[in-house]
Amino acid sequence: MRHLLAIEGMHPPHIAALLDLAESYVLLNRSGQTPRDRLRGRTLINLFFEDSTRTRTSFELAGKRLGADVINMTVATSSVNKGETLLDTAATLNAMNCDLLVVRHGASGAPALLAQKVDAGVINAGDGTHEHPTQALLDALTIRRHRGTLENLTVAICGDVLHSRVARSNIHLLMAMGARVRVVGPKTLMPGAVERLGAAVFHDMAAGLADADVVMMLRLQQERMARGLVPSAREYFRFYGLDAAKLAAARPGALVMHPGPMNRGVEIDSAIADHPQQSVIREQVEMGVAVRMAVLDVLSRGVGNA
Amino acid sequence: MTDLLFADARLLDPASGLDAPGALLVRDGRIADLGSNLGRPDGAVAIDCGGAVLCPGLVDMRAELGEPGGEHRETVASAAAAAAAGGITTLAALPDSRPAIDDPALVRLLRARGEETGSLTVLPYGAVTRGCRGEELAELGLLHEAGAVAFTDGARAIGPARLMRTALSYAAGFGARIVQHPEEPGLAAGGAATEGELATRLGLPGIPAAAEAILVARDIALARLTGGAVHFAHVSTAAALDLIRAAKAEGLAVTCDTAPPYFDLNETAIGDWRTYAKLSPPLRAEADRLAVVAALADGTIDAVASDHAPRDPDDKRLPFAQASAGGTGLATLLAVTLAQVHGGALPLARAIELLTAAPSRLLGAAAGTLAKGAAADLCLFDPDRAWQVTAGRLPGKAQNTPFDGRALEGRVIGTWKAGRRVFGG
Repeated sequence: MRHLLAIEGMHPPHIAALLDLAESYVLLNRSGQTPRDRLRGRTLINLFFEDSTRTRTSFELAGKRLGADVINMTVATSSVNKGETLLDTAATLNAMNCDLLVVRHGASGAPALLAQKVDAGVINAGDGTHEHPTQALLDALTIRRHRGTLENLTVAICGDVLHSRVARSNIHLLMAMGARVRVVGPKTLMPGAVERLGAAVFHDMAAGLADADVVMMLRLQQERMARGLVPSAREYFRFYGLDAAKLAAARPGALVMHPGPMNRGVEIDSAIADHPQQSVIREQVEMGVAVRMAVLDVLSRGVGNA
Repeated sequence: MTDLLFADARLLDPASGLDAPGALLVRDGRIADLGSNLGRPDGAVAIDCGGAVLCPGLVDMRAELGEPGGEHRETVASAAAAAAAGGITTLAALPDSRPAIDDPALVRLLRARGEETGSLTVLPYGAVTRGCRGEELAELGLLHEAGAVAFTDGARAIGPARLMRTALSYAAGFGARIVQHPEEPGLAAGGAATEGELATRLGLPGIPAAAEAILVARDIALARLTGGAVHFAHVSTAAALDLIRAAKAEGLAVTCDTAPPYFDLNETAIGDWRTYAKLSPPLRAEADRLAVVAALADGTIDAVASDHAPRDPDDKRLPFAQASAGGTGLATLLAVTLAQVHGGALPLARAIELLTAAPSRLLGAAAGTLAKGAAADLCLFDPDRAWQVTAGRLPGKAQNTPFDGRALEGRVIGTWKAGRRVFGG
């Protein structure tokens, strides 16, 4: 594996191997015995064209725990010629001989474009409304640790699927690993022909959550309301916000997940977000570091001998 | 000027229904005679066509030139070179340049720039609105008088119904057509690909295919209301074609064209973020492509235009949604259209009609026929000669072809403008 640009197209055994490796990093992280020589002498650059403190921090920590030299670059997206900046930046980074490039960009396909132009291994840390592969991997790891497997589980992904790269990566990964996937949300927030990705589509939370093993909430951005796709936050919460009543439709003890950052009272009720047994939202963050360590580990083996 | 005798040709002139072996004599830049038993006059230079097809120089009814304002992408001279290589001798130029062609002086300038090339007649479209901004009507009458062949805002749809109504009514007064980019602007805003499974997988903002049918339906109603003539450019969906078919049956002044990408490619060409295949309107689903092919055959589509849209690398080396839409089309117009002949969907004569007589009629141009006395604008091509499209090696400046890598059959051997060879040989 040279780059990690998308979950779509990844083979299930590859995904399982990455999750297994990540699992071992969970244990090493907890014991404080991380292999700090694993990426010694390697340079990892976090290239973020969109601000994201948690994803960037997670990659930074993952790189440092493996001994890499980590550099953070946040590029302002407000500049007029954003596209030029992208390829100019690629040329600059190439000249610096960096080994691993973690890219977050507002445009779908930007990491794939960069991957054509740089020698480094490129990791997609979220591109537009395309994919967010490490988020799907960390979600899968979280579920697997609680349920032992992904196979035959019913996972309901709820909310703004249209604008969600997290939803797309999760649909691809969960389908590949044998789970049943549902997407639940208002029709205005569903991408065209989403059922062709293999997910069952629901517009009603009670039906969509019925007997679900996992309820995965998505973030609703304020600008969606500005664009009129949803009339108001309170209406959204009434029909699609996850509260105890709606969660009752799911299987008892169903896992509640959220990629963060949460809009409490918009897509999720605080009591559910902080539910001591069912919410695994904080654990997702922990899994994020382990999954990213596994990805960096695997890609660093590929760089140089591709 | 020496007389030229094109001997042993397959003379193909859809305007007159001619399709027969024969010869064609050119004298003083005009077609002096043609037929099956034509002798060589004394002093005439003979060109042995070796049985290849000799047809009128192609008439491209829709192309963007780089001039004025986009000379780094294409110039009239570089476009003329690409056109000559593609067998095109007459071309209608879109007005949404910088500045837009909204002033009579600019119409005359573009015509003159075409004449300077010596190989290409440029027929300018006039802008429907000042600056092609979609606000106030341009001086359609003065533009028409200066030689604008029809009116359009180019790649920009005429959005407000009231504005379109006014334009149709006013232009009807002097018998001019309004050429519409049929895409409902509100639905298309911000979109990069046709809405559907592929756009969803790639995470690209979608444009519903219905955006085309909606504007076509509205403008057909406005044509009925005003008695004006509307022409829909690069029609790409089954739903829009059904509406146009019905409007024609009703007897309304409704016509349309399409461009090679819409009958040769479908949306899968944008896979792997290929920005050269980012077009406006976007490439469609396979069912729509098939509907375009059927409409070429049944006459619903009146003409095939190149839809040439030159872009430079900086316009295209961007993430897909940010990249500029548009593809080159001059050099590939004939061969991609011939693919439908080789595939059995179109007879050769119909394909050539779509590229010569039909667009010429729509533009009111004195071109597109092998009639005696007509200017000797000629295209000689071998319908079976194979070649491969390679971006970077195409004639002309712009290289952003959506057909990169496509293997084609049908190659232009030579192009003549008013009896002078401008390509090949």
